[in-house]
Amino acid sequence: MLRTWRQRVTFTDIVVWAIGLAIGLVVIIGTIATLRSGKYAPSVWVDLTVRGLALGGVYALIAMGYTLVYGILRMINFAHSEVFMSGPFTAVFLAIALAHSGFLDEHPLISMTLILLLSVAVSMTIAILLERIAYRPLRTAPRLVPLITAIGASFFLQYTFRGLYGSGIQAYPIPKVLQGSIHIGNIEIFSTQIVAILGALAMMLVLYGIVQWTKVGKAMRAVSEDKEVAALMGIDVDRIISLTFALGGASAGVAGVLYALLFPVVNFFMGFIPGIKAFTAAVLGGIGNVLGAFLGAIILGLLESVGPNLFLDGLGIPTPGQLKDAIAFTILVFILIFRPSGILGERLAQAKA
Amino acid sequence: MSKRLFILMSLLAITAMLLAACQPAAAPTEAQPAATEKPAATEAPPAAYSCTDAIGCVDIGPSDPIHIAYLLVVAGPNETLGVDSRNGIEIAIADSGGKIAGHDVKFDGEDGGCSAEGGQAAGTKLAADPSIVAVIGTSCSSEARVAVPLLSQAGFVIVSPSNTAPDLTEAGNANNHPGYLRTAHNDTIQGAVAAKYVSEQLKFTSAATIHDGSLYADKLQQVFAENFKKDGGTITAQEAVDPNQTDMSAVLTSIAAGKPQIIYFPIFLPAGGFIIRQAKQTPGLESTILMGADGLFSPDVTKAAGDAVEGFHVSSPLLTGAAYDEFVKKYEAKFGSKPISIFHAHAYDAYMMIKDAIEKVAVKDADGTLHIGRQALRDAMFATKDFKGLTGVLTCTPTGDCANPTIGVYEYHAGQYPPELIWPK
Repeated sequence: MLRTWRQRVTFTDIVVWAIGLAIGLVVIIGTIATLRSGKYAPSVWVDLTVRGLALGGVYALIAMGYTLVYGILRMINFAHSEVFMSGPFTAVFLAIALAHSGFLDEHPLISMTLILLLSVAVSMTIAILLERIAYRPLRTAPRLVPLITAIGASFFLQYTFRGLYGSGIQAYPIPKVLQGSIHIGNIEIFSTQIVAILGALAMMLVLYGIVQWTKVGKAMRAVSEDKEVAALMGIDVDRIISLTFALGGASAGVAGVLYALLFPVVNFFMGFIPGIKAFTAAVLGGIGNVLGAFLGAIILGLLESVGPNLFLDGLGIPTPGQLKDAIAFTILVFILIFRPSGILGERLAQAKA
Repeated sequence: MSKRLFILMSLLAITAMLLAACQPAAAPTEAQPAATEKPAATEAPPAAYSCTDAIGCVDIGPSDPIHIAYLLVVAGPNETLGVDSRNGIEIAIADSGGKIAGHDVKFDGEDGGCSAEGGQAAGTKLAADPSIVAVIGTSCSSEARVAVPLLSQAGFVIVSPSNTAPDLTEAGNANNHPGYLRTAHNDTIQGAVAAKYVSEQLKFTSAATIHDGSLYADKLQQVFAENFKKDGGTITAQEAVDPNQTDMSAVLTSIAAGKPQIIYFPIFLPAGGFIIRQAKQTPGLESTILMGADGLFSPDVTKAAGDAVEGFHVSSPLLTGAAYDEFVKKYEAKFGSKPISIFHAHAYDAYMMIKDAIEKVAVKDADGTLHIGRQALRDAMFATKDFKGLTGVLTCTPTGDCANPTIGVYEYHAGQYPPELIWPK
């Protein structure tokens, strides 16, 4: 028994586990030290958690685009961050116009719906065009080729939008009804955060519903299993792939507006960082898995928001805030050491094996 | 076969990229060239001019223009900073009739993006153009760190209207290069004035600082912290954010735990805008005073921060005087708005200083060709004394600090630009 175990375990495994354990220990010790020092009031943690949830919800919607496309085409659509940018960066001009005329404050619901629709429409169109022009001709090419194309398309879109709308920043007007906050005890939660969390949750449910319970969703899952067989069963593979991109784009469009509610400044470069984060979230949850991407994104959002202060403050490390990305990605490594295919990635790995 | 070819091609591409990336680092840092004797401008021009300058001459044909270039941030989130300086130079060119020493002026340049990468690309491009006599730039100190060595090596005179990092003009520092001067104030002055304002005027005893990893912000907050501590204050935290970061909650929460009376963050947009907005939403920081430096003196700040901008403090050079008011009128007439940032007058002075120096050292040939000794021009620039500019009377130090600054503190009000001057009254 012991011998077979020794044969199976390599030196690398031991090193990897040691790293994993070390990370785990640092997190636990740091957390205990921070909580015992009592530097932050409990309300601070609630506040950070709510912010983390809102951020995670937005990441989740962007991650949907990566994970859906990966599920079907086995490619990482690196231009998705620009699909995300295109919607809100276009809709900001509508928002500014509405705010100028006073319509935004008088009819916030209609205005926000209009802004959302425009953002979704633009992101969706960009996503569909991207697939049709940049990816479809290369579908049979080696895997690296569409990857490089995706990076090229990403730059192309970024600079196209810079050319269209200028390289400066645009500020998103926020309707007056959403500018306030709700007090629960001594905890203050901002309306925009609530809207972002609820909006992300609703959009997630819609997406999950489409993938799991509709005919189109069934077809998508079939194409994901095996393109050839799906085609033999009478599924129009091209159409389903286009639809997948459209769904990812729509989700990114919604994410863009929610992101703009949380951080109301947009520019042509805004997609890059959230795009990377969402991609990470998708990998964390198990790429190709819709629920996994959601879970991964929420975890990432929480880690970024709560992590620096919770894990590092107690260890006496100066400027923990600067390390928030380092923490998020270290935890990512930690999780991938123990679950190499992501938190919920197993089903996919088995199906493909 | 095709697979192998692919691998080969990728390897080649990677090698090429590595080589390209290594190039600037491999460039030798040049030694300070010994100053040579100046060719006297008054001397009767020799029949055939021979260049005796230590680092070469620029020869300008009788009907050719003198080429002055800019390396400023004229695109991206900080574009107002560079565009404003460029506007100042354009006014200076118009004011001097578009001519230097009887020759037309060719004025163009490159965007430096307010980043090291952008500065490198633009610097490489400009350094390759031997027709350039002088470069006005850079806008940001991070650009200067990589672009100035390239431009200095090419023999240009470089005058920055807005670099403020102290090390750029510190003798013996690796970032100090021959031929580099500036009309902007050194941060040791601005940081000290900010600290003085906070401790003496506001009578605050605790402060926190945030920088964004840029040369400018890091130095400025260091100088601020040192001076503030010297005046008896406490620094509760010295934090840092990423220039592209949007979510500041972790940093701000951690700062709030130290209960500072003021947060000093001499950074840029968009990060600065996010801090202003989110500080107001962070428990414990609702009424903490926020203060930035001249990097956040721009109409885009009111845009980025919205109503949260109310009460936001910035330190920035104080420009006054009849000549300056006259300049503002010209600016409004030419560009349709009041100056959009702060370093327009500094750029104006930079151009005028260059123009004066060229006219001092240029030698005209019998056939009308103009010769400008590059080292002679540098020497003439450094010898600038009692130059009457828009920003004051300028005298250059041997390390290239030419500014004669007065720094003021301004306060933003929602929906209003420029911010109101609150100190000194």
